Amino acid sequence: MPRWRMPICASAALAAAGLLLSGCANPSVGSANDDPTAPVTLKFWHGWSTPGEVKAVDDSIARFEKLHPNIDVQATGNVSDATVNQALRAGGDKAPDVVSSFTTNNVGQYCDSGMWADLDPFMKKTGLDKRKTFPKTLLDYTSYQGNQCALPLLADAFGMYYNKDAYKKAGIERPPRTMSEFEEVSKKLTIRDGKDSYKQVGYMPNFRFYQNSPDRLFAQWGPQYFDADGDARLADEPSSYKFFKTTRQLADAQGGFSDLEKFRMSFGDEMSSQNAFLTGKVAMHLDGEWRGLMLDEAKAKFDWGVAPLPVPDDQADTYGRGFITGTVAGIAHSSKHQNAAWELVRFLTADTKQVVNFANAIHNVPSTFAALKSPDLDADPTFRTFFDILENKHSKALPPSVNGGAYVVSLMDFAYSVEAGRVPDLRKGLKKLDDQIDADTLQSKS
Amino acid sequence: MAMTLSNPARRRLRTLGFLSPWLVGFSVFFAYPLIATVYFSFMHYNQIKEPTFVGLRNWTYVFEQMPLFGPALWNTLWLVVIMVALRVVFGLSLGLLITKIKTGAGFFRTAFYIPYLAPPVAATVAFVFLLNPGSGPVNEILGAVGISGPNWFNDPDTAKPSLVLLSLWGIGDLMVIFMAALLDVPKEQYEAAELDGAGAFAKFRYVTWPAITPIVMFAVVTGVVQTMQYYTQALVAGKVASGVNIGPGSVIQPGYPEHSTLTVPQLVYQMGFQNFNTGAACVLSLVLFAIAMAVTMLLMRKRSGLLSAED
Repeated sequence: MPRWRMPICASAALAAAGLLLSGCANPSVGSANDDPTAPVTLKFWHGWSTPGEVKAVDDSIARFEKLHPNIDVQATGNVSDATVNQALRAGGDKAPDVVSSFTTNNVGQYCDSGMWADLDPFMKKTGLDKRKTFPKTLLDYTSYQGNQCALPLLADAFGMYYNKDAYKKAGIERPPRTMSEFEEVSKKLTIRDGKDSYKQVGYMPNFRFYQNSPDRLFAQWGPQYFDADGDARLADEPSSYKFFKTTRQLADAQGGFSDLEKFRMSFGDEMSSQNAFLTGKVAMHLDGEWRGLMLDEAKAKFDWGVAPLPVPDDQADTYGRGFITGTVAGIAHSSKHQNAAWELVRFLTADTKQVVNFANAIHNVPSTFAALKSPDLDADPTFRTFFDILENKHSKALPPSVNGGAYVVSLMDFAYSVEAGRVPDLRKGLKKLDDQIDADTLQSKS
Repeated sequence: MAMTLSNPARRRLRTLGFLSPWLVGFSVFFAYPLIATVYFSFMHYNQIKEPTFVGLRNWTYVFEQMPLFGPALWNTLWLVVIMVALRVVFGLSLGLLITKIKTGAGFFRTAFYIPYLAPPVAATVAFVFLLNPGSGPVNEILGAVGISGPNWFNDPDTAKPSLVLLSLWGIGDLMVIFMAALLDVPKEQYEAAELDGAGAFAKFRYVTWPAITPIVMFAVVTGVVQTMQYYTQALVAGKVASGVNIGPGSVIQPGYPEHSTLTVPQLVYQMGFQNFNTGAACVLSLVLFAIAMAVTMLLMRKRSGLLSAED
């Protein structure tokens, strides 16, 4: 080839590659032009996996199919967010039409990226008034910057389970309400075993323990993660310092982080019969409303109760609050049957009878006003404690972000370093964490 | 009028015809992905919306604003150097031992090869269980003889060495390759060396080593390339050892404990498939590619030097 042709050929090849690549980068686009009364098969992916939960989902699907005989629903359980994400990026016939996520963390990402379709047009079309149907907190965590790309599919509220027998033995009359009481009671309930182990800890504060992700207990302080401009402000948030100080004190009161961490490593799987609370290794336990049903099914060998988590001493009037999250459901952007998919989403999230039945079956908190007031709802007082936590005006959910739960992962990572004593200057560390969160957020914006 | 091709043109076409299966494979599985990676490294692309050009933003983000890039790169290079070296030494030693064994060689060959067949996830989970500092049998046995066992996968100082142990346990593949190479060395050369009064070390130094050098190079180059992509075992070990329950909705930072098992491929996955940050993932992949390419070229040069010296 003559020399002068080489640059021309190379440029042409690169230009062709660019065109080809941008062509390949076109996402598969779904449509909302389908007739929801026409025969169709919908694929519904969800995260529930235990036999009882799967049966509850299948029963819900059966009820839906009875109401919509033209729609056949193929449900697939135990699907993680990562799997859903990859399927939706790939699109095609195998991708789901109706999707759900066990966490609210990624909603911002789903809405902003367009991965989950905006549900407002569907609600408008079918006359569903979201503000009259769902509590505001739940609407906030299922939308991002005005885009309602998800709806709550039952909610989760976090409270404290406590071992009443252990309380009796230690002479404790009621669950702690403030953090200083919490520390005192934890210390009383801790029973050492030899030099560096335990028979029982009062409360396991380490962040890697089961549901102890730092954002859950941090909610008791009611922190504000971002300022009005969307910049992280954890270093400027006074409660950040109080929170880490409290968790450190909780650990120190029970023998210190290292001994507790070693003990934690001997715990069984959270969802098994070797759960540390169930086996009596932990006397007080931060968990969601579903744990009660599991304790009943496992026939716990001790009497247990439920209470809201304690609050900071200087915010005693907020007692009753807790961390709020929940399962969310939406329609895949790539679905070619979005009107039919909406019928399923609407049924699962807004049909009062369905929401009540499903909430009773899997022991999750109902996510609509009507279901919360329903007389058919399980009257178990331990279960109802979580309704109160959900409806408490001080309860907190995580704010949505353009890159989903990336800032929560950064906070978790930082919290692990703090609890292990590897952050000598907390202010400097939090400042660095803020900078990191802001850099990650900026990087995710177009 | 039918067009007639001149001889050189026909020869070129024939050559291309024979080359075409490789050319297609190369274009589809190497050239296109590489060009695409370079292209997307300058784009903001979440794999849903149209990509938009952002210049060097992804590059500056990775090199200036990603604090985990440094530790991940360090861990990856540490594993490349230590793991590859130890695997070659251990595989060669085992090969030498088993080729020397007179009785029971078949049993030992099988015993050392079987772990290689275990699926990486299952093998890693089993290893983390065995080395659990709180309830693992290894530390219990060590404790019984008065030795306080390390925290293995739960200590940043011993987590990577634990991964090396895991890889040495599955050394069967290299052992078999080295055994084949060792059995290939002509016996008469050993006999000649013995007549010259060579001892065991001299025989290895002057007969065995030159004969197996190309195989050692092969093991090192493939080892480096594989270890640069080290992902599954590090990810599984970190997650299982941390004890964090990974439910369908939970996401955790890989690399437990203290980022000591975080490798670049894990960051690539996290960026590309969890954070929807294709651009940064592509930059990380290109860094990995550049390092793997440089190391491989260096080794190939060394190899040609060794081979020409041998000639």
